[in-house]
Amino acid sequence: MKDQWTDRLSEYLDGELAGSERTALEAHLASCGNCRATLEELRRVVGRARALDDRLPTADLWPGIAEHIGVVSLAARRARRRLSFTVPQLAAASVALALVSGGAVWLLGGRTHAPTATAVTELGRRPAPLINASAYPTDPRYAAQVAALERALQRGRSQLDTATVRIIEKNLKIIDRAIRDAQSALVADPGSAYLNLHLAQEMRRKLELLREAANLAGARS
Amino acid sequence: MELTIPGVATLRTDSDQAKRGGGDAEAADVALAASGDGSAFERLYRAHVARVHSLIRRMIGPDAADDVAQDVFVRAWTKLGTFRGDAAFGTWLHRLAVNVILARRTTIGTERVRYDDSENVLDGVAGRPPAPELSMDFEEAVGRLPDGARQVFVLHDIEGYRHEEIADMLGIVPGTSKSQLHHARMALRKHLDR
Repeated sequence: MKDQWTDRLSEYLDGELAGSERTALEAHLASCGNCRATLEELRRVVGRARALDDRLPTADLWPGIAEHIGVVSLAARRARRRLSFTVPQLAAASVALALVSGGAVWLLGGRTHAPTATAVTELGRRPAPLINASAYPTDPRYAAQVAALERALQRGRSQLDTATVRIIEKNLKIIDRAIRDAQSALVADPGSAYLNLHLAQEMRRKLELLREAANLAGARS
Repeated sequence: MELTIPGVATLRTDSDQAKRGGGDAEAADVALAASGDGSAFERLYRAHVARVHSLIRRMIGPDAADDVAQDVFVRAWTKLGTFRGDAAFGTWLHRLAVNVILARRTTIGTERVRYDDSENVLDGVAGRPPAPELSMDFEEAVGRLPDGARQVFVLHDIEGYRHEEIADMLGIVPGTSKSQLHHARMALRKHLDR
């Protein structure tokens, strides 16, 4: 049975009734069993709504999304790793990527900055060893590439808006922290293939981010 | 996790983030994804797809949910550069999902044939035996609400938006949002009584 107050019960439940109306409704509730019962049921409905569980879609949507955005799924990559790659090969791939990054540095600044071009040339002469990723921090070639990209980014920094610079710096800090964490963990477990791979990935990501940022800055200068 | 403010709807936050052990890992994935790392974005997708898909399914029904969810994540990928980190990534993604849903609802609405603004619309499921899981039964009942009441109910009682926000999203006045919410709750109350 409805009365003039029934339609105000949700507002009351949500604490949205003003003082005088709230007082009047509470007085009504004290004498109306139907409204008290309805209010309790509405409270249960709200409680049930808040307790609903989220459910996954019946089919994995990632393959379609990955196709749209042009990336390969983790599952596909893992399958490829199981079939084709070893940790040393991945480390070698990181070195190869570093060489590509070095090429980007040359394109960005090497023509006017002889030391960068020299460093790339030296990289090209030396055979790339399959080194343990934990050795990267002391590898002068990696440090030289990072430094060169940072200089290229610094030169074009004024061409980027402050929000972009803030995001780049924030992301670099996150990656640097991940690198430090991996290095710390490797001190305790230097033989861990996972940690070595993780460190190599993080360092590669730093190179990629710096390269993209330097490209962006260079494109606007 | 919920944020409770007296007199204001309870705002649902990113519980998945807490389950994953804090926001640092997610923040790193957001940063990596923004720089083009597809693997990081896949991790974000897997962490949030259940919530996004559930929101879509509740708002517009199951038929177009997969398609709209896919659209949400594709748009998220292209818009990641605009994410400033002022709010949690889950909150940003959720709002993006709501925007996509609302943009699609007109098209989807024309395809739906079960619109019914009758308060007794839930009578259609009255004779069914109780579902093994009561929450599923409740989900069905929510899905059978009239469009306006369902959208307001989902946004307010499940997702935690305030009436002013809902009114802004749906292009209605807050009073209409309150009225629709009460209508939905009353209908669901009847259903749960059975």
